[in-house]
Amino acid sequence: MPYPNWRGAKFLQQLTHLQRLEAESIHIMREVMAEAERPVMLYSIGKDSSVMLHLALKAFHPSPPPFPLLHVDTGWKFREMIAFRDRRAKELGVDLIVHKNQEGLAKGIGPVSHGSDVHTDVMKTQALKQALDAHGFDAAFGGARRDEEKSRAKERVFSFRNAHHRWDPKNQRPEFWSLYNGRVRPGESMRVFPLSNWTELDIWLYIREENIPIVPLYFAAERPVVERDGQLIMVDDERLPLHPGEAPSRRRVRFRTLGCYPLTGALESDADDLEGIIREMLVARTSEREGRMIDHDVAASMEKKKQEGYF
Amino acid sequence: MGEATAAAVPQEGAEASASLADQLRRQGAQTALRFLTCGSVDDGKSTLIGRLLYDAKLVFEDQLAALAADSKTQGTQGGDLDFALLVDGLAAEREQGITIDVAYRYFTTDRRKFVVADAPGHEQYTRNMATGASNSELAVILVDARKGVLTQTRRHSYIAALFGIRHFVLAVNKMDLVGYDQAVFADIERSYRSFAAQLGGLDIVAIPISALRGDNVARASEAMPWHQGPALLPHLEAVAVEGGEGLGAFRMPVQWVNRPNADFRGFSGTVVSGLVRPGDALVALPSGRASRVERIHTFDGELPAAGPGQAVTLTLADAIDVSRGDVLCAAERPAQLSDQLAVHLLWMSEDALIPGRQYRLKCAARTVNCVVTELKHAVNVNTLEAHAAKKLELNGVGVANISLNERLVFEPFGQSPALGGFILIDRRSNATVGVGVFDFSLRRADNVVWQALTVDKAHRASLKHQRPCVIWLTGLSGSGKSTIANLLESRLHDLHRHTYTLDGDNVRHGLTRDLGFTETDRVENVRRIGETAKLMVDAGLIVIVAFISPYRSERRMVRRLLEEGEFIEAFVHTPLAVCEARDPKGLYRKARAGEITNFTGIDAEYQSPENPELTLDTVALTAEQSVEKILDHLRSAGVLQP
Repeated sequence: MPYPNWRGAKFLQQLTHLQRLEAESIHIMREVMAEAERPVMLYSIGKDSSVMLHLALKAFHPSPPPFPLLHVDTGWKFREMIAFRDRRAKELGVDLIVHKNQEGLAKGIGPVSHGSDVHTDVMKTQALKQALDAHGFDAAFGGARRDEEKSRAKERVFSFRNAHHRWDPKNQRPEFWSLYNGRVRPGESMRVFPLSNWTELDIWLYIREENIPIVPLYFAAERPVVERDGQLIMVDDERLPLHPGEAPSRRRVRFRTLGCYPLTGALESDADDLEGIIREMLVARTSEREGRMIDHDVAASMEKKKQEGYF
Repeated sequence: MGEATAAAVPQEGAEASASLADQLRRQGAQTALRFLTCGSVDDGKSTLIGRLLYDAKLVFEDQLAALAADSKTQGTQGGDLDFALLVDGLAAEREQGITIDVAYRYFTTDRRKFVVADAPGHEQYTRNMATGASNSELAVILVDARKGVLTQTRRHSYIAALFGIRHFVLAVNKMDLVGYDQAVFADIERSYRSFAAQLGGLDIVAIPISALRGDNVARASEAMPWHQGPALLPHLEAVAVEGGEGLGAFRMPVQWVNRPNADFRGFSGTVVSGLVRPGDALVALPSGRASRVERIHTFDGELPAAGPGQAVTLTLADAIDVSRGDVLCAAERPAQLSDQLAVHLLWMSEDALIPGRQYRLKCAARTVNCVVTELKHAVNVNTLEAHAAKKLELNGVGVANISLNERLVFEPFGQSPALGGFILIDRRSNATVGVGVFDFSLRRADNVVWQALTVDKAHRASLKHQRPCVIWLTGLSGSGKSTIANLLESRLHDLHRHTYTLDGDNVRHGLTRDLGFTETDRVENVRRIGETAKLMVDAGLIVIVAFISPYRSERRMVRRLLEEGEFIEAFVHTPLAVCEARDPKGLYRKARAGEITNFTGIDAEYQSPENPELTLDTVALTAEQSVEKILDHLRSAGVLQP
């Protein structure tokens, strides 16, 4: 991004909104780096993770990001996501840890056979806790934003988790100015959200301005989908059982968020570039997480999942 | 709440496409107004935000559907849309119908981006309200037209002003319920302004509204033609909050030392004030080492200059020692240094703030140890009157003097929020228990140089052929501390050791005569004895302290006053029943009879040591055996020759 020219009469020129957000995120990341013993960055391969990784490159330049990336792989991510993940890790030469819940895998837990609740709990929440415990990470960056969902709107930038990774929404550490208290005792940890104050639109504007690579699934293309309960589900591999008489049709779709493919609804769209996506966003009449089935399971479901240790 | 920009969007097709580039440019360049909404319970804050979003067409379809469903089951508007449900995010909040924590909302109109911090009204959650205030530039204070200015209105205004907000909107809500009466509005405005005048120099705009009906929220109300000023949203879109005070002198707290290889040593941080350019003369505080800026590095290349809010990495011309927490300052105008400061504090913990107790203080990137040396007064935030206080309870605001264990780079809060605001952290739980602002330094600490005496502790001790230490006997009244202390000193005397015994009861006749037995006084009592013991250790003595000292935190405080290995905690472990049976001074009998209060073990707590160096079980051991056990320990610890 072109920075303001702090010369001559332009001394009072402001940073732009995106520059302020960028600087705030960098400040947060550096603060974690300076105070945590073993930080890790949760990398979910989505657009927010892509922005977060890009910010990490900026925050520590010319040093490489001084922490590994952790991807909790449920085994049901879109194939294009996995390919993108491996390609990016290689290009950047960053240390990538991929963790799968082996117990869940052995039991054959999946979204189709067990439903989104059990699948998300075992393969995502439990898996994440296993990985954090196994490596002894005491701070984990996550790409969550406050504009995504009501309980996230209430969460601090530095979100304290007890030794069981639980969030206590009624007893959060107060957080003042840009002063963060990242102190924890052994076993306790911090989830840190450097993108807290970014909105979905900010993310897209920033991706555009900074040319940040993202998974192609965000762009419209013809893809095989089936329609279920009002959602368009992409048939990404043979594991998605088709109902009697159901046949995938090829439709021009893209994804607004990315997760496990049987749980992620596509939207019909012609937006095959960033400008198209942004244009569609500006006239959007539904919120981002509508395509995420895991949020709809029970009222306040995100809050409950977060209390249990989900991001 | 989703990102919502519908109001900013032109219509369909070619027109949309043509203006997109323009619009993106505008979106990217807009700066956000961060504002806080607060007020009493039931004043309708959440309703107001819900109404703002709804009227500005910033609520998404799926959210509206969810809202309609929720309004029927959980709403308080008889099945009509209950806008509060749009923003109360936590299950507990929806159950109880109150706001617990601050929620952040983001919305954009044609003219501005907004970040709303929706703060809870309950006094119990003041700390969450204060959290929201610290990151806002403007506060919307809601008042119920039927109730007028209340305690909470004053508390919120005081705290918002304390943590740096200068721009206020007094939104007098529920005007529909007072028949849109101008006189009611005028009365409330007058009363609020006369209160706010005491907070000094605030910009206040008063607006009569009805959040429920939408009067004067997004557009001017037809029901109140007498109101000459703007409606709320147009005002928020137009208000200027940027200070005209200029950039100030260059300051950058160093967050992280950036060393990718042996050839590069950069200092990463965010500029908090002033400008910096290559070649500028800087000084690193607190060390005072000077150098010049070599380059300003960013991922996007080197910069010719950097200003407030930019996160950069500086390299310096000289290899001076700079580490995390140091502040790089313009050499000709460095920041102040002090270890004794006057502050305003908001206390946020269930455990009261007690002068004398140690906390960690974090300011910018530096964390130091801090003791509140004097609580000058508490502030009644309803009347702004000062009143004397010995401690500060949850949600209390006070003015205090603090003492730090090292000099801190600071600026008065009014001058620099980044170097003028601090938090206090509990040493054990790591909870954030206090927040405050620096007012001024109590002395020019940088002029007070510690006198380096030629004869030091080691010299004094070597003359006595001993290693000084404190043997701290803690335990219930009647546990046998004094008996053991007396016997121990005799034995050490026989061994030609130089000793002194501080006995709790004896000290109370002089050094701590002015103190009682409340928790606050007990803390001060231990602090004085600890400091005295420290001086004696410095003089080279073996100090025996026989003292109930019931609280772990104070014993830990004394341990920290001394050097590693100098504090030997001996727990005189005698069950309460045994002490009470012994009752050498008849005190237990009096306590049981209610003649004395705050008696440890009866109506005051005793916290047993967690990891004492020694535990002396006086039921199993005689006093002589206990003393032998101590002497054994002193030998193995090298205090006495074996």
